[in-house]
Amino acid sequence: MKPNTQQLTELTTQVRRDILRMVHAVSSGHPGGSLGCAEFLVTLYQKLMDRKEGFNMDGTDEDLFFLSNGHISPVFYSVLSRSGYFPVSELATFRKINTRLQGHPCTHDKLPGVRMASGSLGQGLSVAVGAAQAKKLNKDNKLVYVLMGDGELQEGQNWEAIMYASAKKVDNVIATVDLNGKQIDGPTEDVLNLGSMKAKFEAFDWEVIEIAKGNDIDSIVAGYEQAKAKTGKGKPVCVLLHTEMGNGVDFMMGTHAWHGKAPSDAQLEEALKQNPETSFGDY
Amino acid sequence: MKKYTNTGSKDTRSGFGAGLTELGQKNENVVALCADLIGSLKMDDFKKNHPERFFQVGIAEANMIGLAAGMTIGGKIPFTGTFANFSTGRVYDQIRQSVAYSEKNVKICASHAGLTLGEDGATHQILEDIGLMKMLPNMTVINTCDYNQTKAATLAIADYDGPVYLRFGRPVVPNFMPADEKFVIGKAILLNEGTDVTIVATGHLVWEALIAAEELEAKGISAEVINIHTIKPLDEEAILKSVAKTGCIVTAEEHNFLGGLGESVSRVLALNNPLPQEFVAVQDTFGESGTPEQLMEKYGLNAAAIVEKAQVVIKRKK
Repeated sequence: MKPNTQQLTELTTQVRRDILRMVHAVSSGHPGGSLGCAEFLVTLYQKLMDRKEGFNMDGTDEDLFFLSNGHISPVFYSVLSRSGYFPVSELATFRKINTRLQGHPCTHDKLPGVRMASGSLGQGLSVAVGAAQAKKLNKDNKLVYVLMGDGELQEGQNWEAIMYASAKKVDNVIATVDLNGKQIDGPTEDVLNLGSMKAKFEAFDWEVIEIAKGNDIDSIVAGYEQAKAKTGKGKPVCVLLHTEMGNGVDFMMGTHAWHGKAPSDAQLEEALKQNPETSFGDY
Repeated sequence: MKKYTNTGSKDTRSGFGAGLTELGQKNENVVALCADLIGSLKMDDFKKNHPERFFQVGIAEANMIGLAAGMTIGGKIPFTGTFANFSTGRVYDQIRQSVAYSEKNVKICASHAGLTLGEDGATHQILEDIGLMKMLPNMTVINTCDYNQTKAATLAIADYDGPVYLRFGRPVVPNFMPADEKFVIGKAILLNEGTDVTIVATGHLVWEALIAAEELEAKGISAEVINIHTIKPLDEEAILKSVAKTGCIVTAEEHNFLGGLGESVSRVLALNNPLPQEFVAVQDTFGESGTPEQLMEKYGLNAAAIVEKAQVVIKRKK
């Protein structure tokens, strides 16, 4: 039984609390992009993906997800734990010595749910496309999802993979670009203007779905149902997900300042007040 | 002592191609990826026999490494093929994060390593790749000496679960290892027993070491020759056993002396049994255009150089 919008909204609020508390506890990490992708990852894991119980590295006969922009690990870890991959209590170990929840995700410590290391940007799409081709060889008709940041598309390897995926008709991959328009040094249009993402992906012969309200769960569900319907037709599928960095915490929105900065005690208190504890409970 | 003879010169890359062809027939999980160098890497047969398991990625090596890492997630055993330079330096971070750190079962197969690439010159002659790869945790580093050993290594690494860097070359060189010699990763092969000096060689320098041993014998010097095909993990036991007898060592490799086999051997000696060592290797320079033979002579990577260093190192014994 898949959760409804209200349940997903409540879980998103809890995930936001997790992100804020995890980052605050170690005074490091990346809350901005994590908060911006909370609705998406909650919806993806709870409603959109066809997942099996437990974790198997090969992920045979289930949908796979790869996080390419590994710095938004707080939201990834929170959603993984709240989707049953490991105990929620383990979120308290984020970025601490001997943790499985490294600053950026890795497979080295065998954290269930993670299939590749990411953090050095621009590598996830290639890995996802390779995994998608392996699925085809294995006659496994499930899908491969990958999330990339928009600033991350400045890395050239992405464009090798984008060119390859359409040339080889890898039509079982759905690549999401988190279009929040911000990166560490400022707005992407100031740092290195990416121009029209839609035109670029279309020029590389991808199907492109645009979700204007990327922090609205119903819009996300509708957009990805559309994206799924485009798979299996000879072209890879790209979702341009317009999100708000820092979403759900008023003073973290509309700025790139919280890309990689942790809140102070007072800021945490204020942020948590805006996102009260839910029935899922704090870790 | 067994006498090794050249049974007919061949290129090591053809050994890789033959191994890959055989793997294609016996292991359906083996897939191959190539960055626009199918002919150079001798991957034609695999492509012809298994088009569905062969992936031409174009001139995009970074993507090739990532694709290979991803394919392991479906249980595939990917073999990537391009020149050594483009297999390592060009894609170091992709190998580091997506393969080595992510512990993916990718076999990075690198042809045209070292100076013997020849006329193309320094842009293509990587002399740093062993160092780059051996520094990566989880990475196994193999440099084979002839056609037979390269074929055997290609077969062996498919059965090993983990990232491997397999280095071989372009030129036609003597083929002297027995075709039925089993390839054991990390296990050195003693080619010639001797008592005065140990010569540890890898890749194309192994044959040169055998010639050097004959020349040394004519001078009344008894040289022990060890074929170190695996640089990581290094067969420390074989090296220490040999130097305990000979008291000195010459390392020989087609690589910069910084970061290569020689430095790995130095570490073993320093920790266990500090003894004189001489290096037959490139002296921290880039290569240049020329025939393989001319280059190996100019940069001191041949039997004559090994003979000279052997005599030097013997004099340094206490």
